Amino acid sequence: MSEKIATREAYGKALVELGAVKENVVVLDADLAGATMTKYFKGAYPDRFFDCGIAEANMVNVSAGLSTMGLIPFCSTFAMFGAGRAYEQIRNTVAYPRLNVKVCCSHAGVSVGEDGGSHQSIEDIGLMRMIPGMTVVVPADAKETKKATFALAEMEGPAYMRLARLASPVFEEDYPFQIGKANILREGKDAAVFACGLMVSETLEAAKLLAAEGIEISVINMHTIKPIDADCVMEYATKCGNVITVEEHSTIGGLGDAVADVLMGKVNCKFLKIGINDRFGQSGKALDVLREYGLTADQIAAKIKETL
Amino acid sequence: MTTAELSQVCRQVRRDIINMTANAGSGHPGGSLSVTELMTSLFFNHMRIDPKDPKNPDRDRFVLSKGHCAPCYYAVLAERGFIDRSEFENFRQLHSILQGHPDSKKVPGVDASTGSLGQGCSIAVGMALGAKLQKKDIKVYTILGDGECQEGQIWEALMSAAHFKLDNLTVIIDNNGLQIDGSNDEVMSLGDLPAKVRAFGLHLIELPDGHDLDAIDAALKAPTEPGKPKCILAHTVKGKGISFMENQVGWHGKAPNAEQRAQALKELED
Repeated sequence: MSEKIATREAYGKALVELGAVKENVVVLDADLAGATMTKYFKGAYPDRFFDCGIAEANMVNVSAGLSTMGLIPFCSTFAMFGAGRAYEQIRNTVAYPRLNVKVCCSHAGVSVGEDGGSHQSIEDIGLMRMIPGMTVVVPADAKETKKATFALAEMEGPAYMRLARLASPVFEEDYPFQIGKANILREGKDAAVFACGLMVSETLEAAKLLAAEGIEISVINMHTIKPIDADCVMEYATKCGNVITVEEHSTIGGLGDAVADVLMGKVNCKFLKIGINDRFGQSGKALDVLREYGLTADQIAAKIKETL
Repeated sequence: MTTAELSQVCRQVRRDIINMTANAGSGHPGGSLSVTELMTSLFFNHMRIDPKDPKNPDRDRFVLSKGHCAPCYYAVLAERGFIDRSEFENFRQLHSILQGHPDSKKVPGVDASTGSLGQGCSIAVGMALGAKLQKKDIKVYTILGDGECQEGQIWEALMSAAHFKLDNLTVIIDNNGLQIDGSNDEVMSLGDLPAKVRAFGLHLIELPDGHDLDAIDAALKAPTEPGKPKCILAHTVKGKGISFMENQVGWHGKAPNAEQRAQALKELED
């Protein structure tokens, strides 16, 4: 895992490849093409790119209108302004009529860094997964982001994809990607650790630290928060007895809750949610902010050890 | 359809609005009655649509942004042959296709789910943009409420309609002057609405009487300036056609009782 690429960068590049094979893919942005990386698509297919200006609510509904004309809109902005500001537009005008709109938001989580808490969405997974029929995907690395982008274009219906600003390690192994099917990255008997997004690579590092102390954890990449891979959750919770979730998101409403919803009343196990504990984010260098919120590999390892 | 024929349809639509809301014991008669002529004219004499092929990709599109005026929408769709009149009795009832606000998944002829105010105009912009992109000769119509124009998103939508040069889009504002809590001016004045619409880059046609079928027809037929979306600002009467409902704020979202229904239907007799 030497090379580092941000998932937003991979998304931008994937859109160009997708645009080449699917002529009905259109891309919308709200004056953030240079940050969400839809700029690559804009350069390649200017006729199919629509900048809606700093007006996210309108952009989401224009996407809805475009989708009713047989087009596949990928609509991008920061998670705060997509899942956040335009929540009700996504809820009522995209998801309620089950339109084929893909809302792909970058700059999610506290790893946004310097821009601070106002720009760090730690609620978007929760907001999106509460909406009936919404697919919610959080790719862990660049390779997965590309596959997820193509998979979203293939599936019919509303979807949300969460992307990160921060460059993160690209896994050497090329895992398959299927919406709703979790990937097991590491097998270990002592705990089942479910992670998503940037936290997958951190958790893999944590697993190495723990292994050095004789603790073997399973690391599961829950790239799809909804529909959650309930079979995988049940299997690993039963097998390992200890369940831990790791997400760069509020511990209220996110991956942790999605996993807990599967297990509640069915599997007797220890359970720990690692994430942002009912706090807003803040400015700082991305890695410093992640550390402040306890989301680095060594901190994750320490928390897991404490729980076992 | 001739004006006389359209007028007869409007009368039936009004009866259906009264009956639907009275049966349901809820719903929005006031605004439904103010858009009756606008919608009837559109669906019968202007839109290229086919009730036998409601999903035809090349059909014209319509978005009722003021989705609470669903009773009028359903009545017009039934008159036009998209849905069966027998559905009316289920309006607002469990498992009905006729939801309190239009649901595109359930009702043939409904191109967009609406009801949350401020959102329909943007959907129509997306449709018009999609038609342009695909080089299709499709016209897109949307009807907004005046109170709805207090939503900021309406202005985002108008700005983008002009920016994208959507001269295949017609935005109709049902300017009946009233909303739930009072008149527009009491609640949140829209100020100089015609000037605002023009300033946002739309070709404006004002209709002094939004119930005059010939004037509506002319406004809908009137060419817009190339590259400019058209806006028809129709001055209407909320509760139009029912003496005790006309210009009454209280009839925004209230169903007539049995006595009121009887009186309303009497006034609507041929």
